[in-house]
Amino acid sequence: MHLRRRRPGGTDASTHDGVIVLRTALFLSIVVLAGTSGELFMAHAMKQAARTETVTHAAVVGLLKQGFRPAAMWIGLALQALAFFALLALLSWADLSFVVPATALNYVVGAAGSALFLREQVDRTRWAGVLLVCIGVAVMCASEL
Amino acid sequence: MLALTIVLGAVGDLLLSTGMKQIGRVELGPAAAMGGVFVRIITNAEIWLGIATLLLLFGCSLVLLSRIDYSYAQPATAVGYALVALLAYSVLGEVVTVSRWTGIGCICVGVALVGRTPPRTTV
Repeated sequence: MHLRRRRPGGTDASTHDGVIVLRTALFLSIVVLAGTSGELFMAHAMKQAARTETVTHAAVVGLLKQGFRPAAMWIGLALQALAFFALLALLSWADLSFVVPATALNYVVGAAGSALFLREQVDRTRWAGVLLVCIGVAVMCASEL
Repeated sequence: MLALTIVLGAVGDLLLSTGMKQIGRVELGPAAAMGGVFVRIITNAEIWLGIATLLLLFGCSLVLLSRIDYSYAQPATAVGYALVALLAYSVLGEVVTVSRWTGIGCICVGVALVGRTPPRTTV
């Protein structure tokens, strides 16, 4: 197990591993929940801004100006900052190839949140895709924890 | 633009991971100790490079989200997991097990299913 492999010597192994696993689960939850809800708030704010079809400098600046007006954007940014620092802490002790796939749990929260709060239509095909992504994450995590 | 966000995300994560591995395990503790960790984080070149990459990703994502649904854009970026695992294996020398690659395969099939749906469902 990659998390256990990084344990420094001199302490009780099982207790230390338990603490590491709990800490990993806690920080992963923060990354997923704060990150996804932050994205939902930001997406909501950007939907309120005018849609741009051209990627010119003026169009992008205008879009950003409108996008940063709603409070939802600032709430989203605060949640994203929280998720970012939790991710940094997580990366200090766990493998990158473990942490990043594990954060795919946000597909469950993201799909549910976009259907519930953004009123986007999430059809069966998308749900099947999201489910497969979750199974993939579960397969990867099963051998780690 | 979707492909660009995938590459930027993977490279940004790689840089952040490199920087945090240099700093060492973050332990919750007294304010002075946490302050020391914070200073080491903000003076690490790899972390700033990672932040710059992710800020670029942020700008691209905002434009992307104004054009297509969030529930389409987010799953489609899952291709980045394969890229991250590849970079972690080749650059950081991490052991990527068979179960991880199997999981990545499931994710790619899931992404392919998601990609078959229309990019925008709201007015």
